[in-house]
Amino acid sequence: MSDVTPYRRQDPDTQPSSLYPPYRATIRRSPQLPLIVLPHTLSEVTGPVYGKAGISETDRDLTRQHAGEPLGQRIIVRGRVVDDGGRPVPDTLVEIWQANSAGRYIHKKDEHLAPLDPNFTGTGRTLTDAHGNYEFVTIKPGAYPWENHDNAWRPPHIHFSLFGNAFATRLVTQMYFPEDPLLALDPIFQSIPQERARQRLVSAFDLDSTKPGWALGFRFDLILRGPEATPFEG
Amino acid sequence: MRDSTDLTPTPAQTAGPYFHLGCTTTRSVACIAGPEARGERIRLICRVLDGDGAAIDDAMIEIWQADSEGRYNHPADSRAKGRDPACNGFGRLATDAAGTCVFSTIKPGRAPGNNDTLQAPHFNVSVFARGVLKRLATRIYFANDPANNMDPILALVPEERRSTLMAFSDPHRPGDWHFDVRLCGKDETVFFDV
Repeated sequence: MSDVTPYRRQDPDTQPSSLYPPYRATIRRSPQLPLIVLPHTLSEVTGPVYGKAGISETDRDLTRQHAGEPLGQRIIVRGRVVDDGGRPVPDTLVEIWQANSAGRYIHKKDEHLAPLDPNFTGTGRTLTDAHGNYEFVTIKPGAYPWENHDNAWRPPHIHFSLFGNAFATRLVTQMYFPEDPLLALDPIFQSIPQERARQRLVSAFDLDSTKPGWALGFRFDLILRGPEATPFEG
Repeated sequence: MRDSTDLTPTPAQTAGPYFHLGCTTTRSVACIAGPEARGERIRLICRVLDGDGAAIDDAMIEIWQADSEGRYNHPADSRAKGRDPACNGFGRLATDAAGTCVFSTIKPGRAPGNNDTLQAPHFNVSVFARGVLKRLATRIYFANDPANNMDPILALVPEERRSTLMAFSDPHRPGDWHFDVRLCGKDETVFFDV
C-alpha cells in the first residue's frame, strides 16, 4: 500500500502551549517532557465520519429546544469551515455548548449563583453543508466568575468541537465576541502566543446575517489543518 | 472584519469543565465495536491522572481504532470497502469520579505504516480536560504483543518510556485491558505532536 498524504504542520505560535501558568490548572495537567513528532500514517489521516443520522433541526436552534423561549439576546452564529488551503470542509460535525444569558451552565459542577433558565440547555450540533457552511441560532452567553485568580471572569464564549476529516484535524476551541474588555484579562485566551491567531477566535458582528426585528448576527469561520498536497486520485 | 483570504489556523482552547453538555451527556460512545464485530473482544479501561497522581474526574477520552484486520472506517483507507461494518471505530467517554472510563470493543488488527511497514495493534487517543489547553494525543498499545518490536512509531519513542504507551491485561479478568494516562510528572505518558 502506498504512503498517505500527511496533514500540514502548524506554526506553534498559532496554538496555545500546554503549560501556561497564568491558567493555573495547566500546571498539574500538562506534559513536562517534549512531545514526540508523529509522522502521519493511515491512523492519523483517517478519523470518525458522522452522518445526518441523529441530528435534527432543533439541534442547531438552541432557542427552540424547550416549551418556551430562553431569556437573553437572540443571536445567529454563522460561518464556514475550511482547511488551511482554503478548501471547504463539507459534512463535518460541529458541536457547541455554552452558558445561558446569566452566565450559568446546566451542569452539576457549576456553582455560580446565577439563575438557570428552564428554556435553555446550551447544547447544539449540526453538520456543515457542501460548501463548509454552518449556522446556529442561540442566545448570547453571559460572562461568569471562576476561581483561577482574584476577581477572575471568563469572557462570554461558545465552545466549539470539530472533527474535520481525520484524527489529525480534531479541534476543540472557543468562540468569543468582538470588543470584549475581558479578553485582555483572560489567561485561556491569552495562552495563544500569536495575536493574529488569537483574533481568529473573536467572532465579527455581521449585519448580513442579522435578521431585522429578530436576531443579531455574528460570523465565526474556522480554519482546520489541510493536507500537505492534493491527494493522488487514481 | 478579517480578510477572508487569511488562513491562519484556528487555535485550540480548553474543553473546560462543562464539555459533558456538548459532547458526552447525550453523545458519549462507549461501544466502539458492536457484539457482532469480528476479532478478540476486550474492555479497555482508561484512567486519567494529574501530576500529583490524583484522578481527574473531568476529562474526556476519545478513541479511534481500526477493525480486527487493521482497516479504518474512512474513505482514506483504500481497503475500507471490505471492512467490518460492526466496528465503527470511534468512542468517547467522560471520566468518572475515579478518573476512569470503560470502552467495549475488539482488539484492532495491524494497520499499514509508511514505507511498507505494518503497525502493531493500537488505539489512537485524544485527551481533553479543564487545564488541557489543546488536545493531548497519545496511543495505546498492547503490552507484550510481539508486533510491538516492529512498530515504526514505537521505534521513535525512547525505550525507557515505551511502557507508558502500554495497556496491561488484567490477570483476574481475561479480556480487560488497563491503561493509565499520566498527564505529567512521574511516569508521564508519551504524548505525540500529531
